[in-house]
Amino acid sequence: MSELASPMIGGRRKLTQAEKFYAASQWQLIRWKFFRHKLAMVGMVILVILYLGAIFAPFISPYANLYKSEVVYSPPQGFNIIRDGKLVAPYVYGSKMEVDPDTYIRTYKPDPSKIYKLLFFTHGWEYNLFGFIPTDLHLFSVEKGGHLFLLGSDDLGHDLFSRVLQASQISLSIGLVGVFLSFVLGCILGGLSGYYGGTLDTIIQRVIEFLISLPTLPVWMALSAAVPQEWDQIRVYIIITVILSLQGWCGLARVVRGKLLELREEDYVVAAQVAGTSDWNIITQHLLPGFASYLIVSITLSIPGMILGETALSFIGLGLRPPTVSWGVLLQQAQNVRTITINPWLLTPALIVIITVLAFNFVGDGLRDAADPYVI
Amino acid sequence: MTNPEPLIEVQGLKTFFKVREGLVRAVNGVSFSIKSGQTLGVVGESGCGKSITAQSIMRLVEPAGKIVEGKITYYRMDSHNNRTSAEVVDITSLNPRGPEIRHIRGGEIAMVFQDPMTSFSPVHTIGDQISEALMLHQNMNKKEALERAAETLHKVGMPKPYRVLTSFPHQLSGGMRQRSMIAMALSCNPSLLIADEPTTALDVTTEAQILELMKKLQGSLGMAIMYITHNLGVVAEMADEIIVMYLGKIVEHASVVDLFENPKHPYTRALLRSIPRVDKDIDERLESITGMVPDPYSVPHGCPFHPRCPSLIPGICDVIEPDGVRVDDSQVYCHLYNPEPAAVRQPL
Amino acid sequence: MSDQPNEDNLILDIKDLRKHFPIRAGIFSAVKGKVKAVDGVNLYLRKGEVLGLVGESGCGKTTTGRMVMRVIEPTTGTIRFKDRERGWVDLASLDRREMLPYRKNIQMIFQDPYASLDPRMTILRIISEPLTSNNLARGKELEERVASIMEVVGLRPEYMSRYPHAFSGGQRQRIGIARALVSGPQLVVADEPVSALDVSIQAQILNLLQDLQKKFDLTYLFVAHDLSVVRHISDRVAVMYVGKLVESASKKELFHAPRHPYTEALLSAVPRPDPHHKSTRIILPGEVADPANPPPGCYFHPRCRFAIDICKQEEPILEEICPEHFVACHRAKELSLQGV
Repeated sequence: MSELASPMIGGRRKLTQAEKFYAASQWQLIRWKFFRHKLAMVGMVILVILYLGAIFAPFISPYANLYKSEVVYSPPQGFNIIRDGKLVAPYVYGSKMEVDPDTYIRTYKPDPSKIYKLLFFTHGWEYNLFGFIPTDLHLFSVEKGGHLFLLGSDDLGHDLFSRVLQASQISLSIGLVGVFLSFVLGCILGGLSGYYGGTLDTIIQRVIEFLISLPTLPVWMALSAAVPQEWDQIRVYIIITVILSLQGWCGLARVVRGKLLELREEDYVVAAQVAGTSDWNIITQHLLPGFASYLIVSITLSIPGMILGETALSFIGLGLRPPTVSWGVLLQQAQNVRTITINPWLLTPALIVIITVLAFNFVGDGLRDAADPYVI
Repeated sequence: MTNPEPLIEVQGLKTFFKVREGLVRAVNGVSFSIKSGQTLGVVGESGCGKSITAQSIMRLVEPAGKIVEGKITYYRMDSHNNRTSAEVVDITSLNPRGPEIRHIRGGEIAMVFQDPMTSFSPVHTIGDQISEALMLHQNMNKKEALERAAETLHKVGMPKPYRVLTSFPHQLSGGMRQRSMIAMALSCNPSLLIADEPTTALDVTTEAQILELMKKLQGSLGMAIMYITHNLGVVAEMADEIIVMYLGKIVEHASVVDLFENPKHPYTRALLRSIPRVDKDIDERLESITGMVPDPYSVPHGCPFHPRCPSLIPGICDVIEPDGVRVDDSQVYCHLYNPEPAAVRQPL
Repeated sequence: MSDQPNEDNLILDIKDLRKHFPIRAGIFSAVKGKVKAVDGVNLYLRKGEVLGLVGESGCGKTTTGRMVMRVIEPTTGTIRFKDRERGWVDLASLDRREMLPYRKNIQMIFQDPYASLDPRMTILRIISEPLTSNNLARGKELEERVASIMEVVGLRPEYMSRYPHAFSGGQRQRIGIARALVSGPQLVVADEPVSALDVSIQAQILNLLQDLQKKFDLTYLFVAHDLSVVRHISDRVAVMYVGKLVESASKKELFHAPRHPYTEALLSAVPRPDPHHKSTRIILPGEVADPANPPPGCYFHPRCRFAIDICKQEEPILEEICPEHFVACHRAKELSLQGV
């Protein structure tokens, strides 16, 4: 009888689970499906870390953006917690400059004779947390006289770790802002095109085809080259975002239009019409929720394009310019092959860009798989 | 009619699928045989396992599914002399991607599907696709194969076979496509044709054309047909013998006359009474089967039909799985016909 | 049913209804021709009657049904409907806004129980849509009305907060029926309501539709391709072929003594669940005519075994050859055709 009894219990447990499933809305189903997607979860965690890093960038970074130390081209340093076989508070060694007698290349080696303690929650340079809370609190710094360059330093003695963090504020936000612009444009124009059809549809579609047929990089370059040199950072930032989303909205508008046309023919939309539902309610209650999930997917998948675009423009010197830092700006220093071979850590921003783009793509893939929970 | 040799024998076939919700016993212990030249109708509602049975015979079950038990034996007839010298092929032991099964599939056992679009490639002409099968199975060269393809298309009643040869599938109407698919299936003279709802997507007048065609071709080519459908009218017309399936199991296996005149299993009876008839007025209401088909991953214990059965014997039907019982000439899987099942097979 | 159709006993009167879809081609979408999906259909429905509208795919039966619902705009023609509150009105002449008050009295049941329910809405919201959209009920009253209609169609009211994915095909079709009936309609257009369902579920839904008809005194325009189902549920039957009505009569007459060769062929083609039935099937040669490019004369003549010269030249008109038996065939009076 035990064989008969156990499935009964299993059956009962299943029932309550089923109950939950039956009363689950679209978004719950999407969440469940998304959370089962392992790669997407990995991407999600990475993105959360990256964006947290961007938000708390000044707090986490020990050095200000423009802080220059005398230690140039220092390789990435670590810190130690063991001294003479005993566990001690974290400390770093000092650096010792050595000059290669043949090549005259200066290199920094750790100097075990000098020891500096790592200090936590210290007061350092001043900044505004979240842009409006003035403070000078930092996660960590090194005792006076010492340095800690987690990712090394560059030709002017900037701390790469601090700069990558602070650059991520620009690089990670430009994707979001750009996508937001594309989203607004894409939804409005795609919506008009799909819902009203006719001549308006034809015009919008031709415009989209024209814009998409323009070669991306030359257009970006031409437009950003036209940005006046004397503009301040904020204005350059905005105009670069606009340039980047110039073509971005086209894809989105097509998704919106296509989905609208598709959903308009769905039986349940006809049913709503038959029920006497007004056009506005049909759009907001049936059509929009019907493709909201697809919009999110296509937005997620277009963010990395924006990030790459900004990086590329800044890299070739047409985007943001120093002293503003973005990942692209940081990579300008890595343009020289000789510099890279000697100081490969200058490529770290590129690595971060790759990780970010991959993470967005993983999340986008996961979302795409989860977007339509009714297709199994 | 003498008792011809079985052409294909299915014994205790179990094909299970692993899905997220659990194990789906799509085909759960099915045994039957098809004799050469005979038409076996397989009837059941969606999810009863009728299509998976056919796919198991063809070894076309998708990767999530597996034949976990049972044996499918194919008796390959030597067609040169009329003496029955059959070569025995164990289909279940073949590699589903191996050369032997590919030789059988499409050559000796052919299949026709509900949607012809899925079995034709959209980028090749009908002629290319039919002749390819011929070149593969019959060792013909391209010219002979095309010649034979045109011949077969003519045989299935295509008015302009040479024009169809150069057409792409989307250029043909539903009925024409179904004819082309039948032509492709028949081009290699199969000894068994498995037809999986071949007319379900067609209009009645087109369906009539196709049914008539299949009967005519069976008469002239002498192949066996396994006809899978949910339409009781179609099996009444096409089949010699019928098996009725419910939730992966056969519930009744009988000759077509027995099944329609003297249905024995409560499910068969209910099914027959629940369909509206074009040739009869049914007063007032139809007799409907209560409830619905359960989820495939939570099949009830005992007889799978017991929760919906009007003749349920409590304590037996919901506990013990019924064995096949011979009643008259039918094989029925129901406790009503087996007086003392409980005493014999009391569970632990 | 013997009384003549008149203003008092009718609820729907369709005259010369047409729908022509333009065929567009080229960059500038120039009109290259038109598909006459529905081409001059005349139909009437008595109060409390079930009219079965049959035909093969592409014959225009669904388009006709959807034009009555005004989800497809008629090209020409009148659709007169006798509204409970407002009396006779030509639905075809109303614009979208003017149509709204009539919607609650004309409802529709769809073929596909999966596509016709918005997967993002709870059952409560789906069923109550005809009420909320027309401000007919709200709050507690709304829920009560939904609960009571759910019970009537055989669903447990506590399932109200579930989403459609929790239900099987048969149950979903019950939800669709509940939505159609919640506003208390007079006329229901049922577009192939059982053809997507399993055999054992079909009977349940057909019985339900019949029970509801009696209970709420409904009139059905029952669009279907399955003649067995139509025979079971209809009082009168109309047969369409390539956008035109070829025959309409009482169920009994149409099935026992059809007068149009197409009807005869259609009836003979239905496979019967009777192994002793000797097939006297009429196999129609060729294919259904292309509605974009129909043959001259009677559209059916290339496939008709009785076709004579006049059939190739002159289009037959729909004539009443005996009371309430309309046929569009030049030879309707002389032929003796076989029914079932």
